[in-house]
Amino acid sequence: MRIIKHPILGPLKKTKEVNITVDGKTIKAFEGEPIASALIAAGILAFRKTIKKGSPRGYFCGIGRCTDCMMIVDGVRNVRTCITPVKEGMKIETQIGLKESKTNDSN
Amino acid sequence: MNKGYEATGVLSVEDLGKAPGFPSEERMKKGPVAVIECVQDIPCNPCVAACPFGAINVETLIGLPELDEEKCIGCGSCIAHCPGLAIFLVDYNHSETHALISFAYEFLPLPKVGDIVDATDRSGRVVTKGKVIRVLEKKDFDHTAVISIAVLKEYVHDVRGIAFLKGGE
Amino acid sequence: MIATDIAVIGGGPAGLGAAIEASKLGAKVIIVDENKDIGGQLFKQTHKFFGSYKHYAGVRGFEIGERLLKDVEKEDIKLQLNSTAFELFGNELGVIENSNIEWIKAKKVIFSCGASEKVIHFPGWTLPGIMGAGGAQTLINVHRVLPGKKCLMIGSGNVGLVVSYQLLQAGADVVALVEALPKIGGYGVHASKLRRFGVPILTSHTIKEAYGYDKVESATIVSIDRNWKPIPGTEKTYDVDVICLAVGLKPNIELPLMAGCETTYVSLFGGRVPLHDENMETTAEGFYVAGDTAGVEEADTAIDEGRLSGIAATEALGYVSVDEANNLKTEIRERLEGLRSGTFGEHRMVAKQQLIQKANYLRGKRS
Repeated sequence: MRIIKHPILGPLKKTKEVNITVDGKTIKAFEGEPIASALIAAGILAFRKTIKKGSPRGYFCGIGRCTDCMMIVDGVRNVRTCITPVKEGMKIETQIGLKESKTNDSN
Repeated sequence: MNKGYEATGVLSVEDLGKAPGFPSEERMKKGPVAVIECVQDIPCNPCVAACPFGAINVETLIGLPELDEEKCIGCGSCIAHCPGLAIFLVDYNHSETHALISFAYEFLPLPKVGDIVDATDRSGRVVTKGKVIRVLEKKDFDHTAVISIAVLKEYVHDVRGIAFLKGGE
Repeated sequence: MIATDIAVIGGGPAGLGAAIEASKLGAKVIIVDENKDIGGQLFKQTHKFFGSYKHYAGVRGFEIGERLLKDVEKEDIKLQLNSTAFELFGNELGVIENSNIEWIKAKKVIFSCGASEKVIHFPGWTLPGIMGAGGAQTLINVHRVLPGKKCLMIGSGNVGLVVSYQLLQAGADVVALVEALPKIGGYGVHASKLRRFGVPILTSHTIKEAYGYDKVESATIVSIDRNWKPIPGTEKTYDVDVICLAVGLKPNIELPLMAGCETTYVSLFGGRVPLHDENMETTAEGFYVAGDTAGVEEADTAIDEGRLSGIAATEALGYVSVDEANNLKTEIRERLEGLRSGTFGEHRMVAKQQLIQKANYLRGKRS
């Protein structure tokens, strides 16, 4: 959820809204914000699944150090969503392990 | 259960009695005065620069703030400038029955003057009702509001805040 | 190939301090940073800093960041952003920006790469919604997104205490803060604020397990005895949708290790740190460290260590006289001593002195 009012930072400034898709579903995001931030604002916390057990993983460090937040972005694997800015029409997909996308998963 | 300030974050009035920033009972009953609840030797001294009357002294950077009870007129300028939000203002003689407690508040929504609020002690427990007398916001306070509430005099040593208000998002 | 006098790796408070001082004294400086903006962790800090009012005390962290950025703009400092430093051959640094590799040949290099969050393991710890406290802070203060409404904080150092307060300010509820030690790790005043506003602080407690399917939904905490063993029957379960781990930071030393810097383990500083002398120079000549990379402390000490390394590196290049450099360095060292005093700072002062002694010994000097 977005923090609209804040006692120190003031009201949330309006920036350009863009549409991105997450596993085929369209969500709104603010242009230039990290992908992870847009997903979490939309209530999506599970970004990828581990290869052996299919366990969900998501945002952890927020500064591009831990790689827990990796997803497939516009077909590119292993993108750190916590430091990659959103662009209009971006296609985000849940990543399984290090290779397959959720939509291509044959399991 | 681990006890004491270092385990709980809650100062007892005994702990405070030893703090050089805690005014005497006598001075408190004379009129508005700052109450500096700072007891650890953290390198810090912006309270010194915040007081227009030179009533706060920090000898070395890690020294505890000392309150000069005579110089302090209870203007409250220091409250918003303490990074630890550890300074309060007490006006024992606000009315016949009530004392005025002022404290820093950095949350939304802010209460409105006239609101009746739940007044809390240092452990966050609601101990009495308070009436909001003043809500001060100044550019110099840098987004730290200073709220003053009137509570029954018997709570003068206990009340240091209010329970969060509903609504805000 | 970019040729420069000084390459500063990491544009956080330490790197900015280093770059500003070096540039002011006439050195050609480039700052390399992985992110699209410089400022490091400063822009997440919404609270007012401690320290001396003559310096930055009473000013909110992100405003200190803005002041440093203005100082950078006044200087002619080159910025290599969105770039990860990934290779080091002698004094040639390889950086990668998207898929483009650039080489920087620097006469002196300052590593101000910061630190990374530590973790503790417990069943369920990998569930989405369980994140580093620093990560939560970035989300709420920089991106204005709340990861959840009911938070459990693990760890009572200043990071755990401050981020708990900031979660309250962002509109979340902090159901509890647990600390394994019997004492609160950070400043009493930070803990007092939390207690005043209703956050329970439970010392001698730890998290036993987190539960959830796609994300965290609840967590059980438990009391522990003096031998760190959980006490059966003391479990308490909370409904939570965020758990923050504030269990320490460890210095990022990959690049100093590549440069061949000798290191030592200092638990107080978060782990393995590069040895450095009183000029912040490591045992690898021409390579300096500053800020959390040289030992996890605070933003104030990071800025000052940065300044010290910038001045020392510029002095080594001959841009400033020994006397002038000494005056500047002495002022900063005195300030650092002031910040490293009192109950919270004195152990760090001793640890830094030991690091310096070891570095000097290894570099063949007696101190």
